Amino acid sequence: MSERRVTIASTVGLHARPAKMFAKLAAEQPAKVTIAKEGQEPVDARSLLMLLTLDAKGGDEVVLTAEGEGAEASLDALAAELQTNRDEP
Amino acid sequence: MTAEMTGIGVSPGAVYAPVARLAPVPAPPADTGPEPDPAAALARARAALEAVAADLDERAEAATGTTADILDAQSMMPRDPALADQVEKALANGRSTPHAVIEAYGFFRSALEAAGGYLAERAADLDDLRDRTIAVLLDRPMPGLPDPGHPFVLVANDLAPADTAALDPAKVVAIITEQGGPTSHTAILAKSMGLPAVVACPAAAALADGTEVLVDGGTGLVVPDPEPGRVRRVLDAEAKRTAALAASRGPGRTADGHAVQLLVNLGSQADLAAAAAVDSEGVGLFRTEFLFLDRETAPTVDEQVEAYGQVFAAFAGRKVVVRTLDAGADKPLAFVDHGDEPNPALGVRGIRLARTESGASLLDDQLTAIAAAAAEHSAEVWVMAPMVATPAEAAAFADRCRAHGLPTAGTMIEVPAAALRASRVLDGCDFASLGTNDLGQYTLAADRMNGALADLLDPWQPALLDLVSLAAEAGREAEKPVGVCGEAASDPLLACVLVGLGVTSLSMAPSAVAAVRAELAVRTLADCAGMAAAALHANEADEARRAVAAY
Repeated sequence: MSERRVTIASTVGLHARPAKMFAKLAAEQPAKVTIAKEGQEPVDARSLLMLLTLDAKGGDEVVLTAEGEGAEASLDALAAELQTNRDEP
Repeated sequence: MTAEMTGIGVSPGAVYAPVARLAPVPAPPADTGPEPDPAAALARARAALEAVAADLDERAEAATGTTADILDAQSMMPRDPALADQVEKALANGRSTPHAVIEAYGFFRSALEAAGGYLAERAADLDDLRDRTIAVLLDRPMPGLPDPGHPFVLVANDLAPADTAALDPAKVVAIITEQGGPTSHTAILAKSMGLPAVVACPAAAALADGTEVLVDGGTGLVVPDPEPGRVRRVLDAEAKRTAALAASRGPGRTADGHAVQLLVNLGSQADLAAAAAVDSEGVGLFRTEFLFLDRETAPTVDEQVEAYGQVFAAFAGRKVVVRTLDAGADKPLAFVDHGDEPNPALGVRGIRLARTESGASLLDDQLTAIAAAAAEHSAEVWVMAPMVATPAEAAAFADRCRAHGLPTAGTMIEVPAAALRASRVLDGCDFASLGTNDLGQYTLAADRMNGALADLLDPWQPALLDLVSLAAEAGREAEKPVGVCGEAASDPLLACVLVGLGVTSLSMAPSAVAAVRAELAVRTLADCAGMAAAALHANEADEARRAVAAY
């Protein structure tokens, strides 16, 4: 099991467009990835609804966890997405 | 005759047309669970969810821009793996298929509602998706838009993106919703379609199909069965407004020629080309945070010179007011130790960062870079500091700017203390700019992030206008410019009020400039002063808005 700590770059947080793009990217990954805020239950990274209820804000640190084939590559892709500012233009 | 009603006007324009209400949603039958074959029931629920998503996809394809983007996010929700998990769980708990679907959506609805603010407004989207799914399960037509065969004012409890996206502007001439807020999808989409819209108007529940209504999406006024004279007056004013908007060009002026600088707010390099293309006199608020956030180390001076230079080049010959870094515990920087603050909005942010050694050196580097970029370009560069509270802070900042060779240094007024003592603040610097969003938050002691306090954060709050008035008066006495660079400046009527209070420039979202210019062009300075007096006389934000709209 691999793990990655990432700070959310989008100032709106993991909501709206940033959440949508993250969930879409997660669904394309070979490995099953979860995302959690410190001290909270991890949620399925592919689920936009769970991402919204996670209520992660810009600057929050989150933990990505992946298991199975391609875990490292999946984490790389998703961590990079979180580190990109996707605020609405 | 029914009494007139008010909501929040979120998209300007006035129309007079009959009401048609959004079709009611199907009521689900009594819970007949548990289902004899839960696996088959789950498959049926999944198929219904997929049908709803596919329908949204189809609409997204037919839509463009913002609408398509929102629908695309919507269609992900019925397909969400976590939603299907919840349906399965509810079926296992003995619910019938429709009730399992209701329970699954309900689970996420309460989670979003509990989070409050922006997320609570998304809860209505889920209700709509739930109703569509139930309609598919019960084999009924999807709840949707009315089609009375003539242009109509659409009235609904609330609208979901799927409804607004299917709107045909040839048929729907305005929107009224009982719920929703200024940031709801209804508001955003109505604005992007140029449809007059009034939200948060609970009295609209009493409007029946066929009732003729006069709707003003600028003021939020809704008048059922109005007198013919009133209809004529409002529609005449509307015709004037649209004609003025179409003809709107050049520097801001009142009808009697009093100059008001119209400027744009700029917050990222991505918006630069579009902002520069707008007919304005320059940038009234250039937010520089984008250079500092989302990175591990501070930008170098060279990097900053390059970035500022691009902005100054795009605004060659025009004014650009640069606001120095407004970071702090609410917008933390990776390379500054912000400590742990229990009240970030009241903490070490803005110019207060310069109290620390690392913050002061960041500011010096920034001023060095601004001065270097300004020397290379013809833009008229002004600099101002955020979060100034005292005259000493304002003077110290101005001295620092001059030491870097920047001749025009000013102060943001967003802390009530700075507004109350504006004349002394202006003693030590060259101009002031009122940040009405933060000034409102601090004056009404209402957190900008808290949706439940939206009424207190209304830029029409008379207490906020009092402080604007104090600062503008100080500017007039000192003969130094005092502008506004907050949300308030982009509301055409409020812009007139601000001018009446003595504000000398208005900086706003680039898309708002034409409407503000057009509104100013039909008002004399004396009109503006009268509107300002009416607003200050009110006790509530709503009352101020109504009084000015009726002026």
